[in-house]
Amino acid sequence: MSNSDLVTTDYSKVIHDGLWNNNPALAQVLGLCPLLAVSGTVINSLALGVATMMVLIASNLAVSLLRLYIPNEIRIPVFVLIIAGFVTIVELLMHAYLYNLYTVLGIFVPLIVTNCAIIGRAEGFASKHSPLPSLVDGISMGLGFTGVLVALGVMREVLAQGTLFADASLMLGDWATTITLIENYDGFLLAALPPGAFIGLGFLLAFKNVIDQYMRKRRTSQVVVDIPDANTEPALSQSD
Amino acid sequence: MKPGVISRSGLLLGLAGVIVIGLVSLIYQFTHDAIEESEYQAMLQALNSIIPPDSHDNDMVNDSKILAANKELGLKKDALLYRARNEGKIFAVAFPVTAPDGYNGPINLLLAIDREGKILGARVVSHKETPGLGDRIESRRSNWSDGFQGTSLENLTDEQWKVKKDGGVFDQFTGATITPRKIVKAIHSALMFVDSNPGVFFDE
Repeated sequence: MSNSDLVTTDYSKVIHDGLWNNNPALAQVLGLCPLLAVSGTVINSLALGVATMMVLIASNLAVSLLRLYIPNEIRIPVFVLIIAGFVTIVELLMHAYLYNLYTVLGIFVPLIVTNCAIIGRAEGFASKHSPLPSLVDGISMGLGFTGVLVALGVMREVLAQGTLFADASLMLGDWATTITLIENYDGFLLAALPPGAFIGLGFLLAFKNVIDQYMRKRRTSQVVVDIPDANTEPALSQSD
Repeated sequence: MKPGVISRSGLLLGLAGVIVIGLVSLIYQFTHDAIEESEYQAMLQALNSIIPPDSHDNDMVNDSKILAANKELGLKKDALLYRARNEGKIFAVAFPVTAPDGYNGPINLLLAIDREGKILGARVVSHKETPGLGDRIESRRSNWSDGFQGTSLENLTDEQWKVKKDGGVFDQFTGATITPRKIVKAIHSALMFVDSNPGVFFDE
């Protein structure tokens, strides 16, 4: 399987899976601990998302390159080792060059090791595919995860504080400024607290399901138009 | 599984460990100086915010000594005491103080006191207080922590070292009284400790 996928890998499917269909946060529902804990502001979300994506890309690539040399029995410990190594490297780099952000994210940078989405991709994809598809998978899954984090961050920050990109200078340097959307906003505390994160994630999951359902409906009705086959009729009546 | 397979797997796992450790050590060496520099800058910034940088002529960050763990300061571990000097003479010190009983856990502060026992500045370094309520203790969110500037055991009585709700002089927040109350208590306790142990802080 691993040798033939050079030809057969459907990159657009890999990308679609990562960003939407099999999105780590919305479809696999993995890595929720950092997702819920850090998404209080857009900048925190973005920082943790990018850090997670870096680790995911690097570990996918490394696992894929080494996949033919790692005996099956010890693959999981080796994957964990690789991921832990890259997490430590990302942590060191953040500590050195993004110190303030590093202190804000605190324990959640080292905790990237425990993000199941990463080992899930190592085991489920990278260990079975060649480096290029694994790289594409890492990027798409990373973007998918970051996207959900940022979406949640936007929702929570706007609702809780009425701002966007608060403390952006921690990540992007002094040119970045906070956008105040609502002047003298009283704040909506719930959004900033952990329950707000759960409720927000619930809305995002529901949103994805609604869109998926709509797309499915559209696809079934298209099929009916294309092939007026007896088989599709039950589907049609269902969607009605 | 044959013994040969087990030892081969074991060796490979060991090899993987060595390679990963090697890579991490390499990055560690590479980032070591930058991390030290970042830590230094962060400490310098924190100290400058409570002791004006032009009021002393030494490098405070590198002029520190060990401050042993003690209960009055809320310090569970040894910490560092930073000294501000003019022409070699210590005129103020900055050190961490912890309010162990904040609303959601310990609140870590940095406190600067001059030789006369007067507070030059107090800053919240880290805390877990409720966002939007208790977090107004942060200097970037409100100027509440500036209220400690200039206070001392001499110009305020023990009764005044409390939040207004308890009959003292320090503001509390609507919806968050516990957080300011515990900080005031921690700083008061720290001042009393300095008052009774000046040698720990101001001896060369």
